[in-house]
Amino acid sequence: MTIDRRKFFKSVAITGMTIIGVNATGANKKSSGDDDTEFHGILYDSSICIGCQACEKACAEAHGLPEPTAKPEVGVIRKTSENQRCVINAYETSQGEVYVRNQCMHCNEPACASACLTQAMYKTKEGPVIWREDKCMGCRYCMISCPFDVPKFEYGSTNPKIQKCDMCYDRIIKGEKPVCVETCGDALFFGTRRELVAEARRRIAEIPELYIDQIYGEHVAGGTGYLYLAPVDHKELGFDTRLQNSSYPALTKGFLYSVPSVFVLVPTLLLGIHEATKSRKSKEENHD
Amino acid sequence: MTSPIYPLTKEKESQSTWQFLMNELKPRGKWLTPFNLISIPIILVGLALIVIRFTEGLGAVSNINQEVPWGLWKGFNVVTGVAFAGGAYVLTFIVYILKVEKYHSIVRVTVLNGFLAYMFYAGALVLDLGKPWNIFNPIIGNNFGASSVLFLVAWHFLLYIIAQLIEFSPAVAEWLGARRAHKILSGLTLGAVIFGITLSTLHQSGLGALFLMASEKIHPLWYNEFIPLLFLVSSVFAGLSMVIFEGSISQRVFFRKISEKNRQARNSMVQSLSKICAFGMFAYLFMQFLVFIHGQHWDLLNTSMGYWFLLEMIGFVALPMALYFYASRTSNLTLSRVAAVITIVGIILNRLNVSIIAFRWDAAVRYVPSWMEVVVAITIILVQIWIFRWVISRMPVLDEPPKWAKNTSH
Ligand code: SF4
Ligand code: SF4
Repeated sequence: MTIDRRKFFKSVAITGMTIIGVNATGANKKSSGDDDTEFHGILYDSSICIGCQACEKACAEAHGLPEPTAKPEVGVIRKTSENQRCVINAYETSQGEVYVRNQCMHCNEPACASACLTQAMYKTKEGPVIWREDKCMGCRYCMISCPFDVPKFEYGSTNPKIQKCDMCYDRIIKGEKPVCVETCGDALFFGTRRELVAEARRRIAEIPELYIDQIYGEHVAGGTGYLYLAPVDHKELGFDTRLQNSSYPALTKGFLYSVPSVFVLVPTLLLGIHEATKSRKSKEENHD
Repeated sequence: MTSPIYPLTKEKESQSTWQFLMNELKPRGKWLTPFNLISIPIILVGLALIVIRFTEGLGAVSNINQEVPWGLWKGFNVVTGVAFAGGAYVLTFIVYILKVEKYHSIVRVTVLNGFLAYMFYAGALVLDLGKPWNIFNPIIGNNFGASSVLFLVAWHFLLYIIAQLIEFSPAVAEWLGARRAHKILSGLTLGAVIFGITLSTLHQSGLGALFLMASEKIHPLWYNEFIPLLFLVSSVFAGLSMVIFEGSISQRVFFRKISEKNRQARNSMVQSLSKICAFGMFAYLFMQFLVFIHGQHWDLLNTSMGYWFLLEMIGFVALPMALYFYASRTSNLTLSRVAAVITIVGIILNRLNVSIIAFRWDAAVRYVPSWMEVVVAITIILVQIWIFRWVISRMPVLDEPPKWAKNTSH
């Protein structure tokens, strides 16, 4: 019963969103002209994603990667790889089959960028987190640090790249939308993060039967540029529920902040002890 | 190993530098020692593998994957190795800052060890980099990732290598017979020591801080916000255990280079180093205990990872701690050495646990190093031992410095 209801709303939503989507994009252009320092992101609506893989294919083509052949299949978790920057997986849930997209989350405070010692991983002011080949030294510390396991390394290459979604940064600075958003009907929606949150809330309020009242990405890892709407609890969709809500780079702040004081205190202390032992020693020698 | 104690005497000064260097590069002593017979083939295979690594890519020799991107070279050669090189900063602290003179005769060899170790860790790091030609990016140019722990560790590595080079340089000057340089370089020692200790505290803990962001990837029994502190404290007894272990070997191998007086002194040193280790391990265990209580992971103890954790804590920290205590009370040299070996194994376990074994313990496909990674990891250590041996048999490291250097050396 519920599944039927859901299917019904899904089709209503898809047709309805097309109209609203046009309006929303119009509003988007105006505001991005006013304020280009606001982070952009993508809202992914897993409640209306039909798992057609159009975005996967467009992404592969745009970035010169091999066309994906595997299809989303319940029980099989496909992962992004050095050959694929985004994947769609299927999950069997209490609400029937649901598709979930997986790619870089473009965190507000990216662990990868704070880990990178050459600033090859870089949070642009437009919002996308990009990787810059000429700076990277291939240490893979970004891979260690990313809580979503996103950056992928070309182990088979002598001049390896890090592969990950860059939200089509080259297109964004030209004022275009990312290819995936361009290709997809309504499941992907591009805008400033503020617009995305507003849009997500609007969708939840408008058709509450279709969504759980949570936006994944609003808080996780300190907030991400990618936001997710979902019809069922995130646990059912393979999200890692252990992830913390506060920012990951903050975990190293305590250590990094202590460095300057160590540099002042330790040498002073050492010199002090050195002087103290010196005078003690010369005294001893005098006694001799 | 039958070199004269003062390799460069007056009449040699007339030789050209070139002749001198060529002469010194030639091997001394017997060639067909068991160590050579075992190490040479391994090194040759290792070098071949390194060539393959650069011509075919990392994946050709290494089993690291997308989920576990750091394997044996980082986890063992770098993260574990640095802990063992900690002896250098602890001993320079004891000798130059606290001025406990009785350790003076082993400070040089420890600094040499530390210096070589760091050089080779840097080497292991370069092997592991995907784009090693960009290694200078964070050092020159405007690519400072100053918010990165790795950036800090890399810089400290570099600076510490320089500091250690300065600390060791008087020995080189004595070898070359460069008296003026010797005087200047000896004058720099204290500065280098203070700088070096500061850098060491930071990068010993920094290596632990590298894993702070991997909070869900490392098993909760090993991950905690105090990893940096635990790494720092354990580096003290890791380093000293290495000093004890290495001392017992060089005492045999380089028997003739160590004077009778120093040999006596060494034995009493082992005893007091054992005591320091025991106390260090006590503090470390106590901290581990507090962290454990704080983390409230009682339920995790009764799992296979929990048993593994208990084995590390009881078998490889508490046990050698007790042995060290007992050995220092009864001045039992052999027992100290046994404790040192157990401690060394325990530190290897601990560092590998944090960086590899408990890292992604829940992954579907576990990372297991390939035989090629293992051979390369061993090659790195063997080459280091070769160079160590080369230096020891030429420069005044274990033996007394030449007389002329006496007044200037600290
Ligand atoms: S998801 Fe990972 S790779 Fe993407 S921005 Fe966040 S930390 Fe970086
Ligand atoms: S692999 Fe490249 S992008 Fe990732 S942290 Fe290292 S230098 Fe930065």
